[in-house]
Amino acid sequence: MGTNGNLEFNAASYYKYLADGKIMGARCVDSGKLYVPPRQMCPESHSTNMEWTEVSGSGKLRAFTVITVGPTAMVEAGYNFRNPYCAGIVELEDGPSVAGQILGVDVSKPESIKVGMAVKAKLVERGEGDDKRTYLAFEPA
Amino acid sequence: MKKLNRGVAIVGAGMSKFGAFPGRATRDLFVDAFTEMQGSVDKGVDVNDIEAIFIGNYSSDLFEGQGHTAPFMTDAVGLTPRPATRCEDACASSSAALRSGIMAIASGMYDMVLVGGIEKMTDLPTSEVTDTLATASDALYDVPAGYTFPGFYASIATAYMDKYGATPESWMSVGIKNHNSGSLNPKAQFGQRIIDIMADKKKGAEKKGKPIPTWADEMEFMHDPRANLIIAWPMRLFDCSPVSDGAATLLLVSEDIAKNFSDNAMYILGSGQASDVTLRYRSDLTTLSSAKAAAQQAYEQAGVTPKDIKVAEVHDCFTVAEVVATEDLGFFKAGQGFEAAEEGITSLRGPRPINSSGGLKSKGHPVGASGAGQVVEVWKQMRGEAGERQLEGDIDIGLTHNVGGTGESCFVHIFGRK
Repeated sequence: MGTNGNLEFNAASYYKYLADGKIMGARCVDSGKLYVPPRQMCPESHSTNMEWTEVSGSGKLRAFTVITVGPTAMVEAGYNFRNPYCAGIVELEDGPSVAGQILGVDVSKPESIKVGMAVKAKLVERGEGDDKRTYLAFEPA
Repeated sequence: MKKLNRGVAIVGAGMSKFGAFPGRATRDLFVDAFTEMQGSVDKGVDVNDIEAIFIGNYSSDLFEGQGHTAPFMTDAVGLTPRPATRCEDACASSSAALRSGIMAIASGMYDMVLVGGIEKMTDLPTSEVTDTLATASDALYDVPAGYTFPGFYASIATAYMDKYGATPESWMSVGIKNHNSGSLNPKAQFGQRIIDIMADKKKGAEKKGKPIPTWADEMEFMHDPRANLIIAWPMRLFDCSPVSDGAATLLLVSEDIAKNFSDNAMYILGSGQASDVTLRYRSDLTTLSSAKAAAQQAYEQAGVTPKDIKVAEVHDCFTVAEVVATEDLGFFKAGQGFEAAEEGITSLRGPRPINSSGGLKSKGHPVGASGAGQVVEVWKQMRGEAGERQLEGDIDIGLTHNVGGTGESCFVHIFGRK
């Protein structure tokens, strides 16, 4: 139930795929709906009959912010008042919306960042040693 | 439509001061709130008649290293061995406690229930407060993307600005307004208007022999990046509710015994609650559908419309949230709330006053206590006890709107006389 290649449709598998350079979602076989990141259960059909689907990572920016006071992981990655970062919600061309850091934008001029802007995925690594992980981020297309 | 099996009244309400209180634990603040509540019962109450306790508390576990808080609060006011239950729905935790108390009485299980809310946030450094609050959002995906609570609401703001043409000044006008109202609230964490803060900063600069800032008006101060730091653009420091300590308590009784305690009791007319997916899953980022659903339930149960509401305390954890709330609650059409704020319609002496207490922005936002604190303001306004910030006219129907997270949970309560 709910596995494919022995990978459960959950966060651990999603991040494992990201580390391999793939953005993978789960498609519900019963409802046809696609979920990125993957889910064990389709919230529409309540089915657990899922299959892995790779997505392109292209999309458009629905909303964003430029953050100066980040969570510890971002502070440790070097972000602060002098070096803020942009985070956004991106609607993938495959349908689902995901959250991610938005790279390659002028964070000193947030007014210059535009909702609706086309973006493409760029995977980033954060953390050291065993905590090192690959995260989904975006940059202007 | 769901109805209460029997009526429920609030016959006492009290709160601690909200603010930063080094060395004072939640139980100390809870005793303050409880004592004020006791004194507020018109005909007096024997607190030994309380049968059960519901406590809203978001995260004393992380904020002060204290879990299992409901029995500890119950002990602090000498009410063990009565059943004590903690309710948690992030920043809406004490509305969850209120609703649990309402249902406990409406069911017939109890006749008198104590509802409370507590939070002690100021012991931690800002980065750990940010992390603790972020545990109320999606820890698997949103936090790793760099999202914080100011970040979520800032994203609502950029989506709203894009869709409706609001500007950063729209949000600033809410901050200025709520500081004006909060300056009239002795319980508020920031009892200062923005112009008072400006005057203090000028005085401070003069004392230190530094160049004296030359802000022409409040808006110029709000735009000054050194005076009003960007936290998560377009949300700046004066768009964000503060890190706060505080507690609030409410005394609930069944309707049939309410007159034993007060001839001026505040009755529960409607209680609504809904949940929602995390922000990124939503088709419209400029509204909280949980708030709309909770409001609809509460309005229907109460048999009133937005026009009937005379006092409204809404969840302005960030200034943009107040604008969205006033639309979700039906006070303004979608996309028109920001103009209403800019034009002063929602100010204390405007035709549709919002957050007469100063809101979470100015009064403070000890998250688990905030929902019960909103009810304390409605209680004071409906009884004509709000002092300098007392609203004009007959304040006969009031509303509270309390959001958990970024609207993953929301409660709306409506209160009136009978």
